[in-house]
Parts: sequence; C-alpha cells; structure tokens
Amino acid sequence: MTEPLIERLGLRFLHVVGRNFLVWRKLMFASMIGNMADPIIYLVGLGVGLGAFMPTIGGMRYINFLAGGMLCFSAMNSATFEALYSAFSRLKVQRTWEGIMHAPMTAADVVLGEWIWAALKATLSGTAMLVAMYLLGIAHGWRPLLVMPVVLLIGLAFSGLGLIMTSMARSYEFFIFYFTLLITPMMFLSGVFYPRAALPHAIQVIGAFLPLTHGADLARGITLGMPMAHPWLDVLVLAAYATCGVSLSVRLVERRLLK
Amino acid sequence: MLQVRDLHKSYSGTEVVRGVSFGVAAGECYGLLGPNGAGKTTTLRCCLGLTASDAGTITLAGLPVPAAARAARARTGVCPQFDNLDPDFTVAENLVVYGRYFGIARRVMLERVPRLLEFAGLEDKAASRLDTLSGGMKRRLTLARALVNDPQIIFLDEPTTGLDPQARHLIWDRLKGLAASGRTLILTTHFMDEAERLCDRVGIMDRGSLIAESAPRALIGAQIEPHVVEIFGDGVREFARDAAPRYAQRVEVTGETAFCYCRDAAPLLEALQGQTALRALSRAANLEDVFIKLTGRDIRD
Repeated sequence: MTEPLIERLGLRFLHVVGRNFLVWRKLMFASMIGNMADPIIYLVGLGVGLGAFMPTIGGMRYINFLAGGMLCFSAMNSATFEALYSAFSRLKVQRTWEGIMHAPMTAADVVLGEWIWAALKATLSGTAMLVAMYLLGIAHGWRPLLVMPVVLLIGLAFSGLGLIMTSMARSYEFFIFYFTLLITPMMFLSGVFYPRAALPHAIQVIGAFLPLTHGADLARGITLGMPMAHPWLDVLVLAAYATCGVSLSVRLVERRLLK
Repeated sequence: MLQVRDLHKSYSGTEVVRGVSFGVAAGECYGLLGPNGAGKTTTLRCCLGLTASDAGTITLAGLPVPAAARAARARTGVCPQFDNLDPDFTVAENLVVYGRYFGIARRVMLERVPRLLEFAGLEDKAASRLDTLSGGMKRRLTLARALVNDPQIIFLDEPTTGLDPQARHLIWDRLKGLAASGRTLILTTHFMDEAERLCDRVGIMDRGSLIAESAPRALIGAQIEPHVVEIFGDGVREFARDAAPRYAQRVEVTGETAFCYCRDAAPLLEALQGQTALRALSRAANLEDVFIKLTGRDIRD
C-alpha cells in the first residue's frame, strides 16, 4: 500500500487543521459574528464617534488610521483566543490531543496543526476587516490586498505565543495573566488606537519590541500607503515571534504529554 | 507481536518500572494486572512510544519503539483508560475523523463506519451527539475507534473500569470476538474476574516489577490452595487463631474476616458446623486470591 500524499510529504499536521475546520464549519455563523462583526463594530463606533473629535493623523481621517490598527488587533485577538481557550479545551478538558497522539501522530503534528489553524482564524478576521475597509471607502485599489500575508504572519506570531501559554496552563485562570500583563498593554503600546509618537520615548522603546507594533506599521503602510520605516525588520520580528513561539510550544507540549 | 526487555522508567527519582520483561505472541490475549501505581499504564505508554523509557528495548508489531513508534502505532489500536472521544463530533464523525489521523481517506472511512458501528452496537446512534451516550456506549465507541485502522494488535487500558455489569459483559463479549478473530490483545485491569475470563496469560505487576506470569488457571494452581473459606461473625479472631490452622494450610485475618486457604475444605466446614455465631462462605480459589497473596492487602493510593 502506498502512503497517502499528506503522509508522504510529512504534512500530518494538516489532519489537525482539518479536524478543527470540520468543527468550525458546524458553528460557522456564530463564530463568524464573534470573529468578524465585533472588530468592525469597534471600528465604526470608535472611528465615527471618537473620530469626530480627532484631528487628522498624517493627513488622514482618524477612522482610516484606526482601521489599519484594528486590522492587526482583530487578527491578534482571533489567534490568541483560539490558541488559548479553544486549544486548552482540546488539550486538557476534552483530551483531544491525547486521543490524536494514540494514532500515528506526534506532539509536533498536533501543535503545528493548532498553530496554523489559529493563524487561519486570524486571517479570516483580518479579511473581514479588510472587506469593511473597502466598503467604508478606507481602502482603494488592489494594493491593500497585499496585507493578507502580513495578517497571516501576525496570526502565526500570536498563535505561537498563545500556545506557549496553553502548554504551560493548568487552568483557564492562568490566561488572565497573559491578557493583563501582555495583550492589554500591547494594545496601547503598539499604536493601534493612536500613533506611538504620542507616548514618552522610553515607552516607545518597549513598544518597538512588541509584535503588534510591527504588524500595525506594516498593515498601515500596505493598506493606507503610510510611510514604512523598515518593513523588512517588521517582517523579521513577526517571523521570529512566530517560529520561536511554535518551536517552544512543541517542546513544552512534548514535556507535558509525553512524560 | 510485542517484546519488552528490561524496561526501566523513573519519574523524578522514583523508579516506577523496574526492569520489566515480557512478550506477547500473535493472537494471544495478555493481561497486565497490578494494584494502582504498579506501573501498568506507564508500561503500556512506553510500548506505544508515548513515554520515553530510561532503559530497555521494545519491539511492537516488528518495529523498534520509540525509534519507529509512529509506524508501530499505525498498526496498533489503542483503547485508553479515560475517554478521549471528540465531543465536538457525532458518533460517526468521531470514527471518520480518527481514521484521517491514520491517513485513511474519508471515502474509505465512510465505507468502514457501518461495520464499526455494528461492532459497537451503535447502529442507530450514528448521528448522535456524544453527550447523549451512556458510559457503556462511549466505551464501545472508543473500542470501535481503536479498530479504524484494522489493527492486528490492540492495547486496552482498563477497558471496563467504571461500567455497570451489563456494559462490562457487552465489552467482554466484543473483546472475545476480537480475540477469536485472531487479533492480539494486551489489556491492563484490576478486575481479576475480567482477566480470568479473557486472558490466555497474565502478568502480575507490583511496585514496578513483574512478579508472576502464567496462564490464569496455572497461576492459581501454582500459587494457592484450591479452596477458600471466608469466615466472619462474632469470635472470628479467636477461631482463626485457635481452630482454623488445624484445618487450613494458610489463614489470613483482615478486618472482621478470616480467609482460610485449604487443600480440602470439608474438615474446616465440618468444624464450623458447631460454631453458630460464625458464618462461612466456601468457594474455589480465584485469581484475586493469588493477586492478594502476591501483592498484599494494603491499600495503594
């Protein structure tokens, strides 16, 4: 018997992506509303309401500036929630990962699959934002479409970070630390809602190390045509977070489940 | 089908498996028995390459583990101690999705599902959600799921723990069917009646070592007197101390019961006729008596 293609190419993690997709498909509409409608409501609400009191930023309306940030913010949130709460349910509550590993699948297959799946959900949220940007007349032409790989990369970065937390978590409460100490401050340090130049210099330096900062700079540059200081550095930082995150998660899950 | 040689495994300084060796031939049903914490589950996990051993060699389905654990697992079925069925899927979807992890095409799985459901006695539950199933149904589905890849060797970790008698009998019936079809079964259990019913050979593990290994009947014959009289009631301690040793080869008192192991139970039963305060239960020796003799009566937690 010849091996099927996925097995022959060593892409077994796709079975995990496929499993999650089948589950997602069942609850597609509820899930889409949460993932897609929510950030769009924020964009319109803050952009129109708050935007009325705001000066233009770099010559553009506030809602335009905000949209570039919200695109990344919604991708980050989608990836984070999936890699934390949903993945942890499958790891601990449902023992789904354990079951999968009784088949000819390894911890690395499972973690890679979850990593990519969470990033795909982030991409879906980002796509919804991008569609909203076109509909609201914020994005024009084909160039903003080039942001999609960036959104995927943001998804991979936050999914990798989230999986590290998941592989160390004993209960859902553990994730509160991650949100309070990392995700929430990041939201304000990375220039999602206002330009980072508004912040004291020392805080800007901290922001320069955060993945969301680099995602937001790239996204604004591509979708809105804002000047980008060092786009390749941005890509490199996101890619570093993504690869370090996933490789560390694989090690941690191996240590947790294969003892 | 399975060869384990001199397996060792420690957790943070405590050796939980201490040089275990055993082999299971094709078509055999082998039972690994032992009190809680004896190292049964750890041994099974090592065999599947789910736990890295510290020393020892394992060959499963002709392949070295852990080096070729993935390929070995592809030829193996696993029915774990704790249900890890996928609650996000229906009964039939659980089987189809699990087959995908073995690289079995969806189309092929859809053909296999009716037979697997029939095996599990869940023909009319194909589209049911998992939370509508009873514990026995879930266990049968787990067992059916272990067969998606049509394995020749199946590992079962405490397959009937937590089930009611009807559900246990149904599982036993299915396991006997699998054994009759020539498959190799390796199970852990602490139900001695289960081991006696199902296993061609059993190995008794205690504190990380295999302390006895044989066919259940042979083990009973070799290790223990054929008759057991259990005595309880007022004055049982005195009777066990003064009178019982005259009739029984071994007498053990635990709590309010005296266990008398006899080559011939008749004289003891006769002596008990005059003891109106005592009640007695006479029965044949079973694997549980051997187990208790070898592993002691202490509670293991």
